[in-house]
Order: sequence, then structure tokens, then C-alpha cells
Amino acid sequence: MALDDNKRQYLSRLEGKTYFILGDEACAYGALFAGLDFFAGYPITPASEIAELIASELPKAGGISIQMEDELASMAAIVGASWTGARTMTATSGPGFSLMQENIGYAIMTESPCVVVDVQRSGPSTGQATKPAQGDVLQARWGTHGDHNIIALAPNSVQECFDLVLECFDLADIYRTPVILLMDGEVGHIRESVVMPQVSSIEHASRKIAARSAEVFGGEELVPGMIHYGQGQNVHVTGSTHLANGMRDVTTPHVHDVLIKRIYDKIDKNREKIVRVETDLDDKKKARVGVISYGASARPARGAVRAARAKGKSVDFLRLVTIWPFARTQVADFAKDLDIILVPEMNLGQLSREVERFVSGEVVSVPRIGGIPHTVDEIYDAVMEVVR
Amino acid sequence: MKTEMRFVAFGGQGIVLAGVMMGEAAIADGINAVQSQSYGPESRGGAAKSEVIISDEDIDYPMVVEADCLVALSQPGYDRYVGEVKPDGTILVDRDLVEIDQPPRSGSFYHLPFAKTADKLGNRIVTNVVVLGSVCAITGAVSKEKLAAAVKSNVPGKYLELNLRAFEEGYSLGQEALKRREAEAK
Repeated sequence: MALDDNKRQYLSRLEGKTYFILGDEACAYGALFAGLDFFAGYPITPASEIAELIASELPKAGGISIQMEDELASMAAIVGASWTGARTMTATSGPGFSLMQENIGYAIMTESPCVVVDVQRSGPSTGQATKPAQGDVLQARWGTHGDHNIIALAPNSVQECFDLVLECFDLADIYRTPVILLMDGEVGHIRESVVMPQVSSIEHASRKIAARSAEVFGGEELVPGMIHYGQGQNVHVTGSTHLANGMRDVTTPHVHDVLIKRIYDKIDKNREKIVRVETDLDDKKKARVGVISYGASARPARGAVRAARAKGKSVDFLRLVTIWPFARTQVADFAKDLDIILVPEMNLGQLSREVERFVSGEVVSVPRIGGIPHTVDEIYDAVMEVVR
Repeated sequence: MKTEMRFVAFGGQGIVLAGVMMGEAAIADGINAVQSQSYGPESRGGAAKSEVIISDEDIDYPMVVEADCLVALSQPGYDRYVGEVKPDGTILVDRDLVEIDQPPRSGSFYHLPFAKTADKLGNRIVTNVVVLGSVCAITGAVSKEKLAAAVKSNVPGKYLELNLRAFEEGYSLGQEALKRREAEAK
């Protein structure tokens, strides 16, 4: 969506500058560069700094920021605002993310573009509230009930918190779906440098607008166009099973089948377009050992791979930028000649199970809980134990 | 070249901001920096820690594993972290806020009057900036020019002059300490 004059004027003060800021703040600035119009949230460590910065800055860019009564309402508000044509976002952490699940399902079912930021902290429940974790990887995938697909991206640096939130807004608009930025308390709460881009260099994706309200939830395309409120046409939006025109039909099996399979397929069939990974392969030798990681864990993981190579060991590395949909083709290809794949992550092995499904080699989970990320040495030791 | 710095103090002594200014100076110098912090729920008085890693390469681990430089402004902070400094590391400790039975065996140890220097300038609140001046002079981890610029961009206008004087005083304090050490070594 094109930025209006208010936003351009606001962003012109930021573009091209380098800031030394928190990952949370970078996420908030990224959203502003994405043309965020509406934010609704409820404060929670370690995500509060996102809402704090947006509350002070978004009104200056002509947008609206509301502190809601809770996370359920926050999620509901961004879905409603999305139907007015606004780019919308909320930000939370694990406990709040749990509360949002019902309305994330509503956003999926109503095909409402929006961005949900989850700065993961150590749980379950209040757990180690101020400590980082990556415990919501599967909650992001399956937290809401029913058959569905989801898009989730995981930044591993402060710069990437900025860059990926921009991408989240585009993916949300292109696929008409909620998109999750799966940060962690580590990248959220460190400060690093962020270079703000030139506004003119950013190309924002646009939402498709339907010609007729009869095709807002169906028709020929996997992703139908929307009709925004205020555009002059009536459109019925419901979380119940509905026909292409949005009207409820909760009894005809075929109607449910067509709707849910299309909503599922619009992400599944575009998997290769959505998925992004970064690989660092040891070209000189044929590695038999590989490391797959993501988010904050990917940094010490990559450091460990470099350290092992410095000792003459051959190790390949893959970082998942997109967590969901899972990079099954890329991971299978990466692992085709590997005997052992290590998966360091700040949980008890949530993504390593997904890796197992798509590789023939042995998958070794390198779990870490307790609120302190793996050190380079810890992952290095795990690599050296299996590498020849 | 990688420098791992750890500042420990009580909440309210301004070490989180000190770490931020150090990081800003590093990126202005064109090198990478990561800053992180931990503190208790109290706004003043709890244990506070601020860490900065400065490196010309990618920073794989955002926290200090073994410090090249420890700055301690509180007794509990010093006691807790003095053992986690590299053998050739630098330790800067406030002379009046931290009691030392015996200096640590390894590393370069400096026992300096940061808070007293701030008091003499009329406000203890600038202790953190005195510290930055000394750290800059002693470690040379970032340029003096860029660190002074970072101080400037982070303090309110009303206190700018006081902070810049604190920075210069701290820098001189560090330089003199360094000279004394070099003289002793000869």
C-alpha cells in the first residue's frame, strides 16, 4: 500500500539514519516504515517497548495506537481495523500470545491481513517472565484450533527485526492472512545498529480489492480480493463457515471443504515463494554434519560452525528465516548428504521434530531452556562430539 | 579484535546508559556492537548489569562470556563478577564505593575515584560519564571523539556541559592512572 503524505513526512526524518536501538524498537520502526496505520496492544515483558515506541510515534505519522483492555481485545481490534483497509499490528509475548489464539483463528477464517509480533519469553505460564526463550514455535503453528496454515518469520538480529516486520506486512497483504513475527526476548532486548532505509526504496505490496462483494471469500483465485468497509459495498465477515459472498453455511460439507482447503492451500501452494532460508555450506569438503537453527540461537550456532571449520572440521549451516510454512524442500536438500543434523534452539526440541520429518539422517536436538542462550562453546562441543 | 565489556552497579547509577553510549560510539567508529542489560524490578537500588561487545567481526554471542573489561560501581557487583575477567583483562573499580581486601591477581586493576570526581563537579549523577571517560582512556576500545558525541546525544541540554566536563575529567583520570601504571612497570 502506498504511504500517504503524513507517513512520508514522518519517515523523511528517519530515512537513511543509523540508530543503536533495541530489537523491539527496530520492530516498531520497521512497522512504521511498512505504513502501519493501526496498532492495538497490551503491555507485557519483553514486548512492551514495541507498544511504547508505537504509542509515541504512530500518531505523529497519522496513525492510531490503542492500549486495549487485554490481548483478546487487541487481536480483535486489529482484525476489525484491517477491514477498513488499514495495515494493522499487535505485539505481545507468550502468555498474551496464548490469549490471542482464538482471534488469530478468526483472522485466518475471515482472511484478515494483520501482523502479530510475539517476543517469546520463558514459560509455560509466568515462567521466567523476563528471560528469553523460543518456546512458542509450535504455538505459532498450532495455537489456534482447526485446520489452517500460518506464516511465521524469526529474526536473528536487531536489523532483521526491522527488515522482517516489513516483510510480514507484505506477506499479510499478499496472502490475506495473519502473519507472525516470531521474535525472542534475546533479539528483542539487545541493542545493535539499524540502518533505516530510504522511503523511496521500499516497495509495499498491495491488497487485492474485489470487484464484487460476492467474491470476497471465494471465486477462481486462491487469494480473493477484499472489499474494505467504507468502500460503499456491503460485505459479511464471519468466523463461521461461509460461502464466497461471506454468508454463513455451516451445514453443507462441501462448502466447508472448499473454504478450508482454499485457505490452507493459499499458503501451502505458495510455500516456495514464501519460504526463506540462509545457508553457509562448506564448499571445500563434503560435510557429513550440519547445523540448523533460527532466531537468537542461530548466532551462537553459526559461531560454533565457524569455530569447528577453523579446527579443520567440515560442517554445513542453515538458518531458517521463515519458520512456518516449514522449509521442507530447502531442509531436505540441505540434509541430503548429511549423516547428522544438530538443531540448537531455546526450547526442548520443538523445531527439531519438524526437521526429523524431512531428512533421512539422524537429527540431534541441542535444547536450551533456563533463560540464557546457548554459548558458542556449548554448540561447538555438541558439534565436535559428532563430527569426524 | 573483540572487546567484551561488563558494567555492574546498583540500579540508578546509569550503567545501562553508559553501555548504550559505548555501543553508539563503536558503531559510529564503524565497528559492530551489541549491548544488553539486566536489572531488578526496582528503578533504583537493585543489582544492575550492562554489557557491551565491540568487534570488527560478526558478534555471534550477544552477552559477555569472559570480560576483557569489568567496571564495578557496587560491592555486590564486584564480588559477583571479578572472577569472570580474562587473565589479561582490565578491571576498573570505584575507590569509594567498593572495598578491596586485595587486588585481583591477574589483569590490570584500577581503583579510581569515579563518584568522588562526579561529586566535585557538583552532581553524583554524572558518575557514569566519568566512568566512560576513564574506560575510553584506559582501554581505547572506542574513539574519544565518538564517545563524547554519544554522550552529547544522550543527555538533556540542561546537563550537557556538566556531562562533557565529567567525560573530560574521567578521561584525564584514566590517562593519569595509565601513566602511573606504565611508570611502575618501568
